[in-house]
Amino acid sequence: MDQAQTFLAMGGYGGFVWPAFVLTAAVLVGLLVTTLRRLRALEGDLLRLQASEPPADSAHHLGGAGR
Amino acid sequence: MHRFANPGRFVRLAEKILPWSGGFAVLALGAGLYLSLFASPADYQQGESVRIMYVHVPAAWMALFVYTIIAAASASSLIWRHPLADLVARASAPVGAGFTFLALVTGSLWGKPMWGTWWVWDARLTSVLVLFFLYLGHMALSHAFDDQSRGNRAASILALVGFINVPIIKFSVDWWSTLHQPASVIRLDGPTLHPSMLWPLLVMALGFKLYYVSLLLLRVKSELLAARLRARSLAAVDAA
Repeated sequence: MDQAQTFLAMGGYGGFVWPAFVLTAAVLVGLLVTTLRRLRALEGDLLRLQASEPPADSAHHLGGAGR
Repeated sequence: MHRFANPGRFVRLAEKILPWSGGFAVLALGAGLYLSLFASPADYQQGESVRIMYVHVPAAWMALFVYTIIAAASASSLIWRHPLADLVARASAPVGAGFTFLALVTGSLWGKPMWGTWWVWDARLTSVLVLFFLYLGHMALSHAFDDQSRGNRAASILALVGFINVPIIKFSVDWWSTLHQPASVIRLDGPTLHPSMLWPLLVMALGFKLYYVSLLLLRVKSELLAARLRARSLAAVDAA
């Protein structure tokens, strides 16, 4: 327990070291999550568009699938 | 380079690279975290606060690296009209802005205990703040027009004009007096940092770079899909 406390205290600099690391992790993970979400959403849109599109027909079904 | 202009070929290549870049990014970031928090010594002057370096310096390097990529992509878009170049620039800007934000905030968190202040308006800090605004301007411009190619063009010109800021940031610590310490890794006479701190820093920096590569591949893929969706809805409008 003492060891953990010493580690967390960071020689008195814990209030500066930990926010720096936590914020860095938050930004890197946040960017990754938004990137993956957008990719999944676009892949979904494209699949739906292809599914609603009869092969050689005109495109008037597409109205609802636009972004 | 135009060989990779074919979107299908790019996506196939990206899918081959991604498991490796992503896997090694996780490994390097994990090892970097362990080395920087557990396996590296406290500094004899700065104590444990020196550990902030292991996120601050890689973030700052990436802030400059990503901007350089955007500037190079902008040049190849304006000069050679490489079709993927605009997508690389668009996909990179928010990531670069994130790295620059981290460099500024972690620098501030390091500055407070070491310099006694969160912020000074000196050349290094101010020029990095300008870099952050350049990224934001790039993002705003590239989304400012209904016609995306006009937005990309405007953003490319901004990126190239703003590139003058990159050497200013790099050499700001030599040209002007500042609280910020001078370069201690990328120097002509070799690093002055002790290996016990240099290695954790380099491993972490490698992790940041692989993270960017992986994210870039995913984001360019998204841009390609978005372009395909736009082309299809345009075709639909034309057909109606």
